[in-house]
Amino acid sequence: MSRQSDSRSFPVSLGSIARRPEAGSLVGLVIVYTFFAILGGAVFIGAPGWSSWLNIAAEVGIVALPVGLLMIAGELDISVGSVIPASSMTAAIVSGHYELPAVVGIVAALGVGLLVGFVNGYLVVRTRIPSLIVTIGTMFAVMGLTLGFAVLISGSTSVFLVPDPVTKTVLGAFIGGMFNVSMFWWAGFAVAIFYLLHVSPIGNWIFAVGGDRESAHNAGIPVKWLTVSLYMLSGFAAAFVGVLQLMTYQSAQVAAGQSFIFNSIMCVVIGGVLLTGGAGSVIGIVIGTMTFAIVNQGIFFSGLDPNVGSLIIGALLLGAVLSNDTFRKLALNYATKKS
Amino acid sequence: MSDKTPVLEMRSVDKSFGPIDVLHEISLRVHPGEVLCLLGDNGAGKSTLIKTLSGVHKPTRGEILMDGEPVVFESPRDAQGRGIATVHQFGGTYPLMSIGRNFFVGAEPTKGWGPFKVFDRKTANETAVKAVREFGITRIEDGDRLVGGLSGGERQSLAIARAVHFGARVLILDEPTAALGVKQAAHVLRIVNEAKKRGLAVIFITHQVMHAMTVGDHFAVLIRGAVAADFRKGEKTREEITDLMAGGETMADLEAQIEGYMETHEGHVPQAN
Repeated sequence: MSRQSDSRSFPVSLGSIARRPEAGSLVGLVIVYTFFAILGGAVFIGAPGWSSWLNIAAEVGIVALPVGLLMIAGELDISVGSVIPASSMTAAIVSGHYELPAVVGIVAALGVGLLVGFVNGYLVVRTRIPSLIVTIGTMFAVMGLTLGFAVLISGSTSVFLVPDPVTKTVLGAFIGGMFNVSMFWWAGFAVAIFYLLHVSPIGNWIFAVGGDRESAHNAGIPVKWLTVSLYMLSGFAAAFVGVLQLMTYQSAQVAAGQSFIFNSIMCVVIGGVLLTGGAGSVIGIVIGTMTFAIVNQGIFFSGLDPNVGSLIIGALLLGAVLSNDTFRKLALNYATKKS
Repeated sequence: MSDKTPVLEMRSVDKSFGPIDVLHEISLRVHPGEVLCLLGDNGAGKSTLIKTLSGVHKPTRGEILMDGEPVVFESPRDAQGRGIATVHQFGGTYPLMSIGRNFFVGAEPTKGWGPFKVFDRKTANETAVKAVREFGITRIEDGDRLVGGLSGGERQSLAIARAVHFGARVLILDEPTAALGVKQAAHVLRIVNEAKKRGLAVIFITHQVMHAMTVGDHFAVLIRGAVAADFRKGEKTREEITDLMAGGETMADLEAQIEGYMETHEGHVPQAN
């Protein structure tokens, strides 16, 4: 990241690391990994463990990144939970039921995601109804439409698709029988969104809109355009996950994807993004996603009661919010020392 | 100064929202290097006037002139492009962003080419720190510092320095001293003077008569959306202005109350809110 590379004006010291927004989440990640490494033993530290949590992290991570951008900009997106099944159902119907080429199905599925994102963004900027309500509304609408169309067209709530070898390799293969290719897509999304938020000038707009929407508008930032674009990005990412799931599991279920709503928000918050907007980082979101996935999967390796996993995630979430506040205060009070 | 063309002038501007008239027949002018103080109680129409001048609202009737030419501001951005910068009480600064990033919100310096333009943090920080220090805020040395760690006065100063840096010719300050302590307010007033020295036209909105009298060259009192008085420095006393702002009704006991208050509050009149 630019701050670390420019060591002359920003020397890397313990203090400066502690002031970075990711600091709290990194501590959480180390603690959680150590905890499950001890309980899970060699299996968890080895390839089976890594593949199991990375596979989970990749899927939720692709959704969490744009949801995190939205949260930094001061908005929420609940509708991702129904965009995922809507997208895989669309691709399955187009390419499986109607037997069109996979590419057509994928484009249609991603189009569904962009469309839902556009509707979300448009409703949010036009009505100024809180985005939580708007996206809950679109979530239910999309869920109903998915179910209705799936039954109407295919006569069933699950549709099968056997992808061609190329599509399967690119979007749904397991490397070494364990590592899903989705993690490379996750890495790709992370790099692209890192560039968007921290390197390109658009990132400054996202922080500014989340910090103070009115002032950002007065400063000439195209707030409405930006909000709609961010919703479309999150719709696109959710649709992409829907496609990945379809190509991996070779079937689309109407009800899949609800778990992504809270899971994506939790990854983002554990990653140090401020719920009210205006602060956060991509590295933090990635760390938060990894932490979440490690707890989610580590519990099966540890021999603990799976319900304890939910307890740990709940505690992590609270701990993350508390520590984020602490680290934020540190950052705010930091004054340049004369040297 | 009145022989020069005013930078910004309003001629008989009315603004109505549906059946409600908010501004009537407002005529004001401000010259380069001059501070116009706009005084008025809450609800007098100050905010609407600012929004009309900064391009948020369009006048229902009347015209706005810049350098003697009639202009219509299509949007806040349009008004900014013509050199009108509005600084709101806490607006324009984002507590959780660095000074460098704050300074360049909406006008980010970039390096690189084509779609791979990169936010130029180094330039942003250096320019921001230099601009703020020129306004006398020497405590700021590091552009990576978060704005939330600055004092209210420093944040105001940052916002003003930002406006000046981006070529503002008219600076509209919306209650810049309202929420500040005495020292902080003095700080902001010094910066207003500095902007004036640099030849900017400043429109200073306040209901603190003392602050207005410290920096103002020209005063206008707004009552129920109309200019109730328009006078130059030294033509009226503080008591007369306060009286005007209260609606022109001289109330003996209110006067006495204010006197008593000011004796114990370093010469400040009680705030209306």
